[in-house]
Amino acid sequence: MTEINRESIWTKYIFSQDHKVIGLQYAFTALFFLLFGFALMMIMRWQLAYPGKPIPANGFIWVIALLGVVITLIGLFRSKKNVITLSGIIFLFMAWIIIYLTSGEGRMPEGIMIPDFYNSLGAMHGTIMIFLGVVPLLVGGLGNYVLPLQIGAPDMAFPKINMVSYWSYFLGGITMLVSFFVPGGAANSGWTSYPPLSDLATTGQTVWLFGMVLLITSSLLGSINFITTVIQLRTKGLTWMRLPFFVWAQFVTAFLLLLAFPPLEAAGVLQLMDRLVGTSFFLPSGLYVGTGPLPVSGGGSPLLWQHLFWFLAHPEVYVLILPAMGIVAEIIANNTRKPLWGYRSMVFATIFLGFMSFIVWAHHMFMTGMGTTMTAFFQTTTMIISIPSVIILSAFFISLWGGSIRFNTPMLFALGFLPMFGIGGLTGLPLGLASSDIHLHDTYYVIGHFHYVVAPGTIFALFAGIYYWFPKVTGKMMDELLGKIHFWGSMIFINGIFLPMFIQGLAGISRRLYDGGESYLHAQDVLFWNEVMSYSAWGLGLMQTVFIINFALSLRNGKDAGSNPWKATTLEWSAASSPPIAHGNFDNVPEVYRPAYEYSVPEASTDFIPQNQKEVK
Amino acid sequence: MQIPYTVEPRPDTGLHNAKIGIWLFLASEVMLFGGLFSAYVLLRTGSIVWPEGSSILSVPIGTFNTMALIASSVTMVLSWAALKMNDLSKFKMYMFFTYFLGLVFLIVKVVFEYLPKFEHHLYPSESTFLAIYFTLTGLHALHVLVGVIVNIYFWGPGSKMWETEPERFTNRVEVAGLYWHFVDLVWIFLFPVLYLL
Repeated sequence: MTEINRESIWTKYIFSQDHKVIGLQYAFTALFFLLFGFALMMIMRWQLAYPGKPIPANGFIWVIALLGVVITLIGLFRSKKNVITLSGIIFLFMAWIIIYLTSGEGRMPEGIMIPDFYNSLGAMHGTIMIFLGVVPLLVGGLGNYVLPLQIGAPDMAFPKINMVSYWSYFLGGITMLVSFFVPGGAANSGWTSYPPLSDLATTGQTVWLFGMVLLITSSLLGSINFITTVIQLRTKGLTWMRLPFFVWAQFVTAFLLLLAFPPLEAAGVLQLMDRLVGTSFFLPSGLYVGTGPLPVSGGGSPLLWQHLFWFLAHPEVYVLILPAMGIVAEIIANNTRKPLWGYRSMVFATIFLGFMSFIVWAHHMFMTGMGTTMTAFFQTTTMIISIPSVIILSAFFISLWGGSIRFNTPMLFALGFLPMFGIGGLTGLPLGLASSDIHLHDTYYVIGHFHYVVAPGTIFALFAGIYYWFPKVTGKMMDELLGKIHFWGSMIFINGIFLPMFIQGLAGISRRLYDGGESYLHAQDVLFWNEVMSYSAWGLGLMQTVFIINFALSLRNGKDAGSNPWKATTLEWSAASSPPIAHGNFDNVPEVYRPAYEYSVPEASTDFIPQNQKEVK
Repeated sequence: MQIPYTVEPRPDTGLHNAKIGIWLFLASEVMLFGGLFSAYVLLRTGSIVWPEGSSILSVPIGTFNTMALIASSVTMVLSWAALKMNDLSKFKMYMFFTYFLGLVFLIVKVVFEYLPKFEHHLYPSESTFLAIYFTLTGLHALHVLVGVIVNIYFWGPGSKMWETEPERFTNRVEVAGLYWHFVDLVWIFLFPVLYLL
């Protein structure tokens, strides 16, 4: 322990090589980006509900600013926790950025949004939510913190690389933020950055590409670390089929990140060449723009970008969903007090899912005219990939059967995940079939579909994970009442946002209209839903303040949790709560004697047997 | 507390951590260059005219560079074998040849290929062939540069580790060697695809 004390604040908290500190760095950074991406969307929703009207003195800016002041004050004077003070200052900074964004000539002169800025918001909302929010929180945050603990490892296999991974992510995030301030604003060609549009877009697109290169580097380093850690650092007795399902999910996810991101990096390099050196990888011959024929050599292929992009971006969908399923599995087993139903089939389904996710990408491209043979192939693989998802979801539902369920906050979020992901998945089927996709492609139906998967699906699972592991990280319990208010409020509002999108989408409203469809005759009947959705979005924002307050208060005066408040079986609960920051998580290296979920074993005196307990007592 | 299996292999997998790490990294590199090679295929099949590689590029220079890289791969293996046989001075000699040949490759690439192209106004923006040629070889040259830097490090300051942890140092050289062979292998694909086909 003397060694730890000699570390300075820089090596202990800033450039730390400890997986727990890095996990927390990831989690906090990602949470702020989630809030920021959400704020961008709330600005968009104003434009959609009231197109062309000046944005009012923005209530929610004041909410964020006020939160910032309150949290800073709590941090400075009441709890003396630097983390809280820092969070408060970051909130104030965010309020300033949003004030900057909602004013100014190129963005919102006199509060009225110009179309290019709407496009910027859309592109950056998607980029920030996926690459800077959800994935870093799922994999970098929860994965980094929990996975080594769950396999009884002292740390990740490569602590230095882990640190570089975080800082590369951080720089990528800063790069994306900076892009709002370059001439012409941030990237505005959608999060998919389709050329030729993106090849010819303003400087923000170049900054976006550099940011993506940093983020890809980060996830590459992270995924190498995760896979090596799981293969090499499993403790004695922890065989593959005894791994907690969360570890399996992270393991397969890491393979997806490892193998799917490089083609996007390749595509990014090609687009950078197009933009900076003047090549024509994505510019076809004879391209004509407003000022005349484009002076390039031509001969490129815009479809090439789509193939390379979706080769990443479809596995990315499973990067978003698999760790979420892992979290839900932990919480469901724990709160039904039963072993997971069909653990082995879930594991094999996950591996199969990971494999299949590499050969479905072109179902995003049915409208490109790539030919019926290709369409038939990708339509078939898309239908096949729904089978393992259904296996996993069914296993969750059957696991609930006959359990004496504890309805605590993490369990509520995990249960909320099931129908929400179910809706998201089932509404995806018509999009995977080419004939129905022709009608639904690029409408609000698509937005509704993937948001059901990612927002009330994955993000609910994320909240479940935060409520579930908060006691392990901090040694304190989060408040149950505030947690339940947060859950029910979020549940109602989030459906208020995304259900109407299906209605609008079926009516044929395009997803990229900057006036929300006001100028289109066929949109008139469903136009009033825009207001409903916007108010739901702002309501959802308000509900998240409940979470933030709960988080800050519980950190300060939550109930003491002890090391195993949920009476759970997996290894992380046999480490001390708030484990010491140094390599080495356990007082004695645990040895594993049994599968991950030994709940309600008939001959045992307690209703759970930890994995590292040898005898049934 | 130490991270286990940094030097000695884990009994049930038979590997130490860094070896798994480098193979995973190389897998992702395969996907990176794989993506670019498929871009080449797609662009070429979609084009109306595609120049003969040898009409623009110099096959003799390319052949020379191929030889240089293959030779450096051989000396890389010899340097690792020297460490296995506890001969540090022999390691240093072979490692010197390895990065020297890497530098020769880079210098030939820049001085005798890139610069003359620019002199004749053959820029990447000129045609799709030149665009993909400069992108692929440029990215490969970056990989060579990184390999040269790593090798110089192990030849120079990095070799101090030999005094304290000889086994760990040998492992490091082996891992660097795997990377170096991969970079070599990429060129073995690049050369025929760009110069000969």
